[in-house]
Amino acid sequence: MNFIVCIKQVPGTTEIKIDPETNTLVREGVASIINPFDTYALEEAVRLKESVGDSKVTVITMGPPQAEQALREAISLGADEAILLSDRVFAGSDTWATSYVLSKGMAKIGDYDLILLGKQTLDGDTGQVGPGLSEMLRIPFVAYVSKVEEIKEGYIKVQRMIEEGYETFEMSLPAVITVSKEINVPRVPSLRGSMKAKTATIPTWSAEDIGVEAEKAGIGGSPTRVVKIFFPKREQQSEMLQGTADEQTDQLVEKLSKIL
Amino acid sequence: MEYFLTEQQKLIQDIARRIAEERIVPVRAELDEKEEFPWAIVKDMADADLFRLFIPEEYDGLGEGTLSLCIAVEELSRACCGIALTYAADALGTIPILLYANDDQKKKFLHQIASGTRLTAFGLTESTAGSDAGNIKTTAVLDGDEYVINGTKQFITNGGEAEIYTIIALTNPAKGARGASAFIVEKGTSGFTFGKKERKMGIRSSSTSELVFHNCRVPKENLLSREGMGFIVTLKTLDTSRPGVASLAVGLAQGALEAAVDYARQREQFGHPISAIQAIQHMLADMAIQVEAARALVYAVARTIDSGAKNYSEEGAIAKVFATDMAMKVTTDAVQIFGGPGYMRDYPVEKMMRDAKINQIYEGTNQVLRNTIGLEVLKRKARRQ
Repeated sequence: MNFIVCIKQVPGTTEIKIDPETNTLVREGVASIINPFDTYALEEAVRLKESVGDSKVTVITMGPPQAEQALREAISLGADEAILLSDRVFAGSDTWATSYVLSKGMAKIGDYDLILLGKQTLDGDTGQVGPGLSEMLRIPFVAYVSKVEEIKEGYIKVQRMIEEGYETFEMSLPAVITVSKEINVPRVPSLRGSMKAKTATIPTWSAEDIGVEAEKAGIGGSPTRVVKIFFPKREQQSEMLQGTADEQTDQLVEKLSKIL
Repeated sequence: MEYFLTEQQKLIQDIARRIAEERIVPVRAELDEKEEFPWAIVKDMADADLFRLFIPEEYDGLGEGTLSLCIAVEELSRACCGIALTYAADALGTIPILLYANDDQKKKFLHQIASGTRLTAFGLTESTAGSDAGNIKTTAVLDGDEYVINGTKQFITNGGEAEIYTIIALTNPAKGARGASAFIVEKGTSGFTFGKKERKMGIRSSSTSELVFHNCRVPKENLLSREGMGFIVTLKTLDTSRPGVASLAVGLAQGALEAAVDYARQREQFGHPISAIQAIQHMLADMAIQVEAARALVYAVARTIDSGAKNYSEEGAIAKVFATDMAMKVTTDAVQIFGGPGYMRDYPVEKMMRDAKINQIYEGTNQVLRNTIGLEVLKRKARRQ
C-alpha cells in the first residue's frame, strides 16, 4: 500500500511570537520543527507500513526550500521517500490554497491508498487542510482518528474519540485521515534512518511540475484575509457589598436578578 | 572535552540521548520501584537500531566498534544504569557469538540480535564460582548429536528475559578450567528453566536470575568454537565487554554530577544557593575531574580495542576498575550534596548510589581485576630483565 503523510515545518513550540505590525508569525531566529501533530501521522503511517508489509511511506510538504530539513527528519523517522512542493507562487497560501496545491501534488503522485495528516498545526491551528484536501480529491475523510482498527486493500476502519465515547467509521480507500495524539507514541529517529536521511535525494516540484494554476495558489488564490491577530482582553471588575449579612444578601440577589 | 568522535558516533550519541531523556527518565523511578523489566524501552532501542550498532553489516548491523557501543551505553546509563545494563548485557551475550561463532551460527543468531527482537545473555557465574570462575560445576556431556547439560548458573543478567544464552560448562571435568566449553542455548529448550529471580539493592529494573539446566539437550551445532575453549571464550569476551561496564559507570556518574549541579544551584541555605559555598564547589569540581578522567580513559581503551589490538586485558581492567570506583565515589558525593532530600526516593541520586555499587562487583570484582593488572605490571618488568 502507498501511504502519504503531509507535514508542515513550524516554529518550535514555546517560542511563537506574533509581529503586531504585520499580524504574521515572527520566524527570525526561531528553530523550525516538524509540526508535532504531524509526527503522530508519520508514526502511524510507518506502523501501518510495518504491519501491512510491501508498502511505502511518502512524506510531502509545501514550503520554502528550507522545509527540506523537515522532510529529511521525516526520513530518519521511517519515511521511505520525500517530496518538496516549493514555488514562489505558493507563498502566502491559506488553508484553501494549500489544500489545492497539495491535491495537485497528490495527483502527480497518482498511486496512493491513505493520506495522513496531523489534526492541526501548531502555528495556524485551523485543522482545515485535511478536510480541504479530501474535498478537492473527492475522496472520503475522517478527522481526529485515535485508532486505525483495520486496513486492507480498498478498506479502512478507524476510531475517533469524542466527548461521550468513541465513533467507528468504515471507509473505502483511497481516503484521508487526520490523527490525534492518542493514536500512538512517535518513535525516536533510527540510526539507519538518520543515515539515509543525510543522503536521500528529495525532489522539488514546482507549480508547473504539478499543474498548479498560479492564480489559485499563494495570496492571490487565498480567500482568507487576516485583518488582525490579538490576544482577547480579559476584563474583570469587583465590587464589595457592605452592610449586615441580610443586607448584603438582598443586594446580591438584586444585582444577580438584573444580570439574569 | 573534544573527543573527536565521527559523525556517525555523534549521531549514535544524539539518538541514545533522546531515548534516555524522552523514554527512560520519565519511567526510571517507577521501574526501579516495581523491579520491572524495561520492555517498552528495549523496543525503543530496537526501533532506533541500537542493537545493530556493533553487529557486522553482513548480518544487518551497522558495523560499528567498541567506542560506539561505549558512547551509547554511557548516554543510556546517564538516565538509568539498570536499563542501560539490559543493553550492555545484551552486548556481553553477543560478543562470544561475534568472536567465536562459525558462519552458520552467525547467520542463525546475529540477524535476530541485530533487530533487537531477541535479547542475549552470558552465563558463567555459579554459586561456587564467582571470582574463582574455574570452579564451575555445570557439565555438558556429548550424547550422540547432542550435548546434555546439567547445572545451575547464578546471577545471570537478562536471565529469564533474554532468548539467546551463551553458557560455559565443563565437557571434561578432569581438566578443570581447560575442560570447559561454551554453548549457545535458546530459551525454550527442553530442560532449560529459570530459577530464583534476584531481589537487588540497585539496578532493579534489570533482570538477574538463575539458569537451571536439567538434562537439557542442545544440538552439537550449538558448541561455540571447540571443546576446551570455554575459558578462552570467557576471558576474551569479558576483556572486550569491560569498557562497556566502565561506560555504565561513566554515564551513571555524569547523571549524578548533573543532578548535583542542578540541585546546588537551586537549594538555598544561609540566604544563597549552596552552589555559592566553596565546599560544595570543590566537591562538584572533584566529581567533574573524576568523571572526565574516567571518560577519557574508557574512550582511549575502546579505541585501543577498535584499532585491532590483540591483547587488552590490562587496559580493559584498568578502565573498568577506575570508572566503577569513580562512580561509587561520585554518586555518594551527589547524595551528600543533596543532603537529607538526597537520601529520599523523591530525588534520583539515592538510586544512582544504589546502582553504582554493583559496578564494582560484576564482570570481575575490582579486587580480582587488580590481580590481573598487577600481574601484567610485574610481567612487563620481568620481561625487561
